[in-house]
Amino acid sequence: MISETKAEVQRYQVALTVNGKERVAEVKANLTLLELLRDELGQPGTKVGCETGDCGACTVLIDGEPMNSCLVLAVEAEGRAITTIEGVEKDGQLDELQEAFVAHGAVQCGYCSPGMILSSRALLNRNPNPTREEAVEAISGNLCRCTGYVKIVDAIMAAANAKVDF
Amino acid sequence: MLVPEFQYLVPETVAEACAFLGQYGEKARVLAGGSDLIVKMKAGLLKPSYLVSLKKLGELNGIRHERGVGVIIGARVTHNGLVASPVLRFLFPSVSAAAASMAGYQIRNVGTIGGNLVNAVPSADLPPILLALDTQVRLVSAAGERHLPLEEFFVGPGKTVLKAGEMLAELIIPEQATTGSNYIKFGLRKAEALAVVGVASAVTMADGTIKEARIALGAVAPVPMRARAAEDALRGQRPTPELLEKAGELAAAASRPITDIRGSAEYRRHMVAVLTRDSLQAAIEKGHS
Repeated sequence: MISETKAEVQRYQVALTVNGKERVAEVKANLTLLELLRDELGQPGTKVGCETGDCGACTVLIDGEPMNSCLVLAVEAEGRAITTIEGVEKDGQLDELQEAFVAHGAVQCGYCSPGMILSSRALLNRNPNPTREEAVEAISGNLCRCTGYVKIVDAIMAAANAKVDF
Repeated sequence: MLVPEFQYLVPETVAEACAFLGQYGEKARVLAGGSDLIVKMKAGLLKPSYLVSLKKLGELNGIRHERGVGVIIGARVTHNGLVASPVLRFLFPSVSAAAASMAGYQIRNVGTIGGNLVNAVPSADLPPILLALDTQVRLVSAAGERHLPLEEFFVGPGKTVLKAGEMLAELIIPEQATTGSNYIKFGLRKAEALAVVGVASAVTMADGTIKEARIALGAVAPVPMRARAAEDALRGQRPTPELLEKAGELAAAASRPITDIRGSAEYRRHMVAVLTRDSLQAAIEKGHS
């Protein structure tokens, strides 16, 4: 994995899958997955928030599980399958969860939305029929300053019931 | 925000990890999940020259039950791993429940039980229930290994007995006669909150009598602590509301909370009494939950 030493700073070849595509990057050990995705791999949908793992704006799925990419080093994510917000759409169309967010007014400024959608997507993948309480718990690591959360939970429940009310 | 630079070491075995830790001593830190370490490094609170990644140490990932020994949990198991573990959910669901009360879903996928214990934050959610269940820890180094009760592991806020070159490999919840246990966390939010007060208890009931009780308190002392005077008052007694109230008062008297941004010492002491009573009641009536 060590590719070369440049004046004391080691660089590493990191190969991982991002939204279904094999990607390879040469990184320093201190690069976070968030920085790698946004700055090197052209996936700026994942947002920079608190940088301490509290707000969830940087949420990505790693092997299907939501994690805060601001706390994961790129070198630690080697070999894993990463899903960002860019990977949620299906054949260029919003998936039913994204449609529900739009239909239910669950997006205002949109900054929390990528993280919210990924946390919700992972919830519905592991639990297709959650209770409202389970939906609230699933997004407990994603902060929203605009919507007050109710519409976000409405959207999740609507998508879970495979029903989108326009 | 930039993480400061460091030398990244990736041992292939626990022995190699211990060798690195021994070689670099205070200049090295273990990188497990990173949910505490990376935050501290970004804030400039920790400046390790070397990070010893555990990512290849699959032997530290498991949770298994060994008859005659108990439940053995590897240091790399994440909080969500504890929540989901069929072994824990069957034998000690109180540990799964305590793990579920920590932070939020994403952090629970990253933060490990080993990291949680080694960080030794007084308000951590796992130590109280683990103490109530008489958990032991296995520490390893190039020189060998040692086992201690978890109670002896914590020395002060952020401080444990780990020596340079030593790492926490496993925890063992021993085979035991306890009939019920639980953890109650009181925080200012339902998620992403530190415990203001945490109380765990484990009881062994027989013929309507409390044969044995263990009570552990979090966030109300420099280290997670047992409330032994309260335990002594319960031993051999039939549980009555008055007895549980008395146990609560004894536990509160033993606690040493401080006043901080999350609550006053007086309020915390009061809540120790309330939650001890509630925790014991649930442990007596609801089994391991």
